[in-house]
Amino acid sequence: MIDKQNHQKRKREIQEADIKFEMVKLRQRWDTFQHYKPLLQQLVMKDIKLKYRRSFLGYVWSILNPLMIMIIMVLVFSNMFRFDIVNYPVYLIIGQTIFNFVSESTNQAMFSITGNAALMKKTYVPKYIFTLSKVSSSFVNTIFALGAMLIVFMVCHVRFNFYMLFIPIILLQVYIFCIGLGLLLAQGTVFFRDIQHIYGAFLTAWMYLTPVFYPIQQLPFELMWMIKHFNPLYAYITQFRMIVLEGVFPDPRLILYGFVVSFVGLGIGSWIFMKKQDHFILYI
Amino acid sequence: MKRNDFDNEYAVIVDQATVRFNVASERIDNLKEYFVKLVKRELMFKEFLALKDVSVKIRKGESWGIVGTNGSGKSTLLKLICGILKPYKGSVTIHGSIAPLIELGAGFDGDLTARENIFLNGAVLGYDKNFMQAHFEEIVKFAELWDFLDMPIKNYSSGMAARLGFSIATIVRPDILICDEVLAVGDYAFQQKCEQKMCEMREQGTTLLFVSHSIDSVKEVCDHALWIEKGQIQKSGMAEEVCDSYMESLQI
Repeated sequence: MIDKQNHQKRKREIQEADIKFEMVKLRQRWDTFQHYKPLLQQLVMKDIKLKYRRSFLGYVWSILNPLMIMIIMVLVFSNMFRFDIVNYPVYLIIGQTIFNFVSESTNQAMFSITGNAALMKKTYVPKYIFTLSKVSSSFVNTIFALGAMLIVFMVCHVRFNFYMLFIPIILLQVYIFCIGLGLLLAQGTVFFRDIQHIYGAFLTAWMYLTPVFYPIQQLPFELMWMIKHFNPLYAYITQFRMIVLEGVFPDPRLILYGFVVSFVGLGIGSWIFMKKQDHFILYI
Repeated sequence: MKRNDFDNEYAVIVDQATVRFNVASERIDNLKEYFVKLVKRELMFKEFLALKDVSVKIRKGESWGIVGTNGSGKSTLLKLICGILKPYKGSVTIHGSIAPLIELGAGFDGDLTARENIFLNGAVLGYDKNFMQAHFEEIVKFAELWDFLDMPIKNYSSGMAARLGFSIATIVRPDILICDEVLAVGDYAFQQKCEQKMCEMREQGTTLLFVSHSIDSVKEVCDHALWIEKGQIQKSGMAEEVCDSYMESLQI
């Protein structure tokens, strides 16, 4: 009896020690992140600066480019294929901006480890910083692109409402989701370079399976059900559209779903990344 | 407590470290080949030990030169100490901050100007913007590159980039400074200047690890030396002695 009690006490002690150890480790990780935050800032600034260096219009391109693409898509889809959507340019640019962010950031993140091989071979830097910086610089670009969105809103007489203050929270969901996916792709590409081609094809499929330029009601029921349940981009884009086009607060279930998917993605991505990162050096 | 005191005497303790590389008989880096080989059961890895059971203890304030022929594992040892490589067996313990100088300017981005690169490279070493701002002039002055500050680094010669890299890395006094054949590209005057700076830092208590093929600089800068051959320690001890036996082995 006493033996059993002792045993349990001992077990509890071990558990407590384990938790303490985990806490210390977490604390150390956080300190390392703080230490390298200036590097993250510098890398993001570098990407943004270099993107438009030696171009005459510079940052204006961040706004001009999505606008031009949107105009072409509007022309195509309101003349060639007719969709019955109120305020189609607004509908389109919201989907387009979110999808572009996901596609650009993950594509950039995919090469964040292999592209910085020279640096990683020569000095110790936490490797996820490079992936994080690529997703973050894409995020900054997306914020510039919101300028294009604003112009479209004004031209199309969108009524501004208080719910729009929720938009940053939607972008945050997408950002977290992209970090998770980016980490997953970045570590995969280190070991298998052809992931880039597979992912390229995957992105094309993903675009058509996301209601960016068509209304989801047009799809057959089964497909619609699949997209609503398995495509997180649907949740993000729909939240955005509900606020802007319908002027209502997004469905809480969509918000919950969005956050759960992004955090689960982040969890899986960073877990695999951390597990594999010590082997990167042998393959880059 | 006593054990702690004992440990604190040392800046670097490498304890029976082994570094293993999986050298695939052919380099496989894509899925298609991986599966083809997997199905054909041809997926073979050759083990290659870059370092075998290496143990070194380096006291604080000592300066060690590491000598050996090409491919003997010198850089691997430095990478192990920097934390870039993890030991397959054994352990590495470090006390203090490390500034790696493994190939100067590794953190430079060719498209950015020297001015921007100073901040970027500083961040790679873990210094924030304010700190770099405060030491900016000192860095440029040591590198003697005032006239080329706003030029993209890709237009720099390797010697110029090395100058800048050295000035950035030595701007604060790290506890451990690691140099890997970096000074070979600089001109004579700058090499002298760097050696002088390293001696200065050593006098202030920095532990120095120095890889060079120039035996004379090793003798000049270091008090201890380590001779590695084929991943194993051949000899370690006072610089003069080790360098002489290394040179002797080469003469034959």
